[in-house]
Amino acid sequence: MKVKLKVLTIMMLVSIFSLTGSIVLADDYPSKSVNYVIPFGPGGESDITARHQQPYFKKLFGQDLIISYKPGGGGAVGWAQLNKMKGDGYNIMGINLPHIIIKPQEKAVGFTTDDITGVYMFHYTPDAIVVNNDSEFKTLDDLIAYAKENPGKVTFSGSGKGTANHIAQLRFDKLAGIKTTYVAFKGTGAAVTALLGKQVVAEWGYTSVGAKQAEKARMLAVAMDERHPEFPDVPTFKELGFELVSGAFRGIAVPKSTPEDIRMKLSDMIGEINADPEFRKRMESDGMALLDVDYKGYQAFIEEQSKVMLEAAREANIIK
Amino acid sequence: MPGIEYLFAALTPLNIMLALGGVIAGTVIGSLPGLTATMAVAVLVPITFSMEPTSALIMMGAIYTGAIYGGAYAAILLNTPGTPSAIATTFDGFPMAKKGQGDLAITVACIASVTGGLVGATFLLLLAPPLAEIALAFGPVEYFWLAIFGLTLISALSEGNLLKGLIGACFGLLLACVGIAEISADVRFIFGSQVLLGGIETVTALIGLYCIPVLIDLVATPDRHLKVDHKPRGFRFLEALAISWKAKFSLLRSSVIGTLVGILPGAGGSIAGLVAYTEARRTSKNSQNFGKGEPEGVLATESANNATVGGGFIPTLVLGIPGTPPDAVILGALLIQGIRTGPSLFTEKASIVFTFIYGLYLATFLMLPVGLVIGRYAYQTIITVPKALLVPTVAFMTMIGTYAIRNSISDVIIMIVLGVIGWILNRFGFSPSPIVLGLILGRIAEQGFVQAWTIGAATGELWKMFFGRPISLAIIAFILLSLFYPVIRSRFGKRTGEVPHVE
Repeated sequence: MKVKLKVLTIMMLVSIFSLTGSIVLADDYPSKSVNYVIPFGPGGESDITARHQQPYFKKLFGQDLIISYKPGGGGAVGWAQLNKMKGDGYNIMGINLPHIIIKPQEKAVGFTTDDITGVYMFHYTPDAIVVNNDSEFKTLDDLIAYAKENPGKVTFSGSGKGTANHIAQLRFDKLAGIKTTYVAFKGTGAAVTALLGKQVVAEWGYTSVGAKQAEKARMLAVAMDERHPEFPDVPTFKELGFELVSGAFRGIAVPKSTPEDIRMKLSDMIGEINADPEFRKRMESDGMALLDVDYKGYQAFIEEQSKVMLEAAREANIIK
Repeated sequence: MPGIEYLFAALTPLNIMLALGGVIAGTVIGSLPGLTATMAVAVLVPITFSMEPTSALIMMGAIYTGAIYGGAYAAILLNTPGTPSAIATTFDGFPMAKKGQGDLAITVACIASVTGGLVGATFLLLLAPPLAEIALAFGPVEYFWLAIFGLTLISALSEGNLLKGLIGACFGLLLACVGIAEISADVRFIFGSQVLLGGIETVTALIGLYCIPVLIDLVATPDRHLKVDHKPRGFRFLEALAISWKAKFSLLRSSVIGTLVGILPGAGGSIAGLVAYTEARRTSKNSQNFGKGEPEGVLATESANNATVGGGFIPTLVLGIPGTPPDAVILGALLIQGIRTGPSLFTEKASIVFTFIYGLYLATFLMLPVGLVIGRYAYQTIITVPKALLVPTVAFMTMIGTYAIRNSISDVIIMIVLGVIGWILNRFGFSPSPIVLGLILGRIAEQGFVQAWTIGAATGELWKMFFGRPISLAIIAFILLSLFYPVIRSRFGKRTGEVPHVE
């Protein structure tokens, strides 16, 4: 009975808040919990990184960040509904690159890249070539040499088609002048299983795979500007002579109707979480690389990434 | 037993309380169609931030175990499998309930779930590292053949009605194509509609195809929902125990099947329940009664699906590859706690792993009293609530449950449309199971085929890829056996003295 009363009180309070909360003031934002929609299912990397943010949001801003899921169509179902949500700053959604760039180009999926109002890109999971520990390929050069002699015979597992892994494979094939075969799997978990089970020669995975599978697999190179702090011995593609910095970029977007000052405030807030040393350490030990593209820089960042990603996808006939 | 010293670490008052609470919450959530174990565990993740890793794990494991068992209630009492793993439970569970034996079915399901859970946990405790290799031995081709094997079981399930079974399965295969394809990213059969963009979620189809026809029939006929011609008879525990003891080999075999299938990350509980069910029917003395309310059928599927819990944790903990969707969430929670899974987890972090496994035992044992009590309450509610109240309540729950799967109103629309289609098809003698199996297995088969073809074509060994791998060949042998079993049986089976039962 007591619990029921409590629930009732909370419900009443919530309804009062939602009535009065229609006028949003950036000064006292956030004054209630924020609904954070992940357009994928629970347990994936988009979920886990959001979960990392959760306690710091509470610590720094005193309000809860409530994570919910709206999976379907590789994120498309969620993004197609983003602008229909209430734009008061209390509804935010996770966004992923290259998904929001590639998907609308493939077919009509209910949203365009420009429909999405990103306020911050807070990290990326860098692409990496992963092989089994006992693989004959010790270095990236070994793999390239083998691929040159055996065109098409090097098979890479990877997560999905038109994804970060896939685009990286296409770009790297071109940069290294090789031809390899990409095998799309349903998610990173399945792609790793195929690698560990030796169904494929190697995986186009992420640095997070290297972190999680440290006992069974190793990375030949990572697609970052500089070496990952967790993997000081793994070279970057850059230092090996290939201009490849890529990965799955993740950020946060708001409905179009969200006022400008709230967008700015939210952008600053996500930046503040990103600056927390403990948060950085947790993210990095999971293999992520932090990124600070704020609201002002978002548009330029998307344009720059679109150019590279769409070119690679077009050449591979993924899109027209 | 390895790590026995951690048994007592698992048995702290706090952990016992968490396990008990977890099992209760899980059972209730699992009994509501649409509210899945995955969601239940995901909702709790923030709470686990501030907990000890072992306590958090024990609580999540308990919820998961309870939810898989709770799925049996809706399957038995409403003919609605709350999760794909409970599909085969409806085959005999609902006919039992129709005959007024719903209380017995629920108690049998409880005993089976506890047994299955214990067998799964024992494999996890004793043999996890070597068994994890099974998860790796299954490549795309093996999943392709496994899915084909699952589809051939439809022929076994729809005896006397093979053509309709196959038509239903083909309809299911078509439904599987709708939406953005999981691995090729093609957009198929959405007819420009946003509603169909996300494809047809399995649980949505389950609720629509199984539950809605039952609701329509309830409204359309003056009969009571379930036959009741007696006073309450208690738990009927000894009766159920006697049934379980008589079928003890079938029970154990189903549990082992469940564990092994649970280890395969790409397979899932639906295949486990189905294989266990057909195996039980093939070997049972009462095989003619299967599908008409045979407790052994409930025993087989319910033990198999709870065994997938322990089985699924094997690749999760040893390889960091989640065996089932709830495992993925639990794995994520572990990562946030800073725990890396992997082979050395069993040695370096032995305290966490073994405390968790003993916690899983604890939760499974607690499921017996909890399951019996809640089960009895659920049964009493369903049989005593007047139809005028039951139908709108269940109808409301199906909407809420369907919406909750992906927070999507489209899924509710799809569920209702499929429900009406399912009801019409029922009129013409089509049962929902082949359709749903086509939907589930079609996706697995498609992915496996495309991947195997790509790899085979790249390495120039296409033929060898599909027909040259030992595990594949074994599965192909099973497929042939399953396809020709009715022929073999009718030719040789007569001398085994199958006398049709006269009722």
